[in-house]
Amino acid sequence: MAFVNMKTKEVQAKIVYYGPGRGGKTTNLEYIYSKFRDRIKSDMVSIKTHGDRTLFFDFLPFDIGKIMGYDVKVQLYTVPGQVKYDATRRLVLKGVDGMVFVGDSQVEQRKKNILSLKNLQENLASYKKSIFKVPLVLQYNKRDLEKEGVPLLPVETLEKDLNSQLKVPSFSASAVTGENVVPTMKKIISLTMTSLQNVMK
Amino acid sequence: MVYEDDMTFTDYTLGQEELERIENILEEDLVKSGVHSVLLIDMAGNIIAQRDNGSCDHDLYSLAALASANFAAVDTMAKIVGEEEFSLLFHKGESESIHFSKVNTEFLLITIFGKEVSLGLLRLKVAEAVQKINDVWA
Ligand SMILES: Nc1nc2c(ncn2[C@@H]2O[C@H](COP(=O)(O)OP(=O)(O)O)[C@@H](O)[C@H]2O)c(=O)[nH]1
Ligand SMILES: [Mg+2]
Repeated sequence: MAFVNMKTKEVQAKIVYYGPGRGGKTTNLEYIYSKFRDRIKSDMVSIKTHGDRTLFFDFLPFDIGKIMGYDVKVQLYTVPGQVKYDATRRLVLKGVDGMVFVGDSQVEQRKKNILSLKNLQENLASYKKSIFKVPLVLQYNKRDLEKEGVPLLPVETLEKDLNSQLKVPSFSASAVTGENVVPTMKKIISLTMTSLQNVMK
Repeated sequence: MVYEDDMTFTDYTLGQEELERIENILEEDLVKSGVHSVLLIDMAGNIIAQRDNGSCDHDLYSLAALASANFAAVDTMAKIVGEEEFSLLFHKGESESIHFSKVNTEFLLITIFGKEVSLGLLRLKVAEAVQKINDVWA
């Protein structure tokens, strides 16, 4: 539910990074924040525990410039990934316009990815939104661990597990090195803007 | 399960004229009564309208995101203990205080004010403004 202000010619859209705990959602936002420091006027807001785990959300407002004559402000959010935080996770999804699902490529995280995606589908359904209709991009994160000999799921397996029905754009990425972090974000912004186009005329 | 067809937009509509009326209400009823800054936000954390006294430089986008999340969290807590809602949402600081008021199911009014304005007066002014904002749709 983006807000399009016809008077100030401004659009605010909400993009949420979802996925299993420790998958790299916060690291994605941190990378974006460091990369675009000069264009992001406010600080990144993180509501986290003493152990540095996301408690409620991270928030990063991002001015992406003019699209179709509108000044577009994208609000990037992450949810807490841990299973026990489902109630707060659902609150962050309120009014979401676009989503990135950050999966963890490690073999041992296979089941957690699948459960988290299922949880996303259920939580969207609680807002009467279908996962098949929300602009969505998948990110298979932590590909850098391959070099360190950590067993990773082949991308084909991740595609089969998570994307065989959704058939949405997907990226192999490393939030730590920054590989494909910005392309992931650009893709979801572009899908989200396309879905808003009929309102921005 | 029935899904909304048009999921991205919108649970409400606001034309330019309505926005202007709302901004006027914020200015006349609240800023002129001495509040430092006032925001009308939606439940997703978007800023719908904003007015201030010209000497405020708070990070309003972050404030709106946090305010909507805070409101949603408190609202959920109310439901858990069997309340429809908690009516007074107010955080008091040394020099700045924040007051939250639900306008309707879609919007919240966030008011930031200092010691010059009493909570009693503020609540009165906010209640009047909320009524007038709701009348914009009536
Ligand atoms: N090797 C590697 N580690 C990562 C990557 N992304 C995140 N991490 C690490 O995984 C842990 C959890 O990341 P975080 O962003 O907090 O996950 P979140 O729970 O999804 O927000 C942190 O220690 C990160 O440094 C990545 O691409 N590669
Ligand atoms: Mg996190």
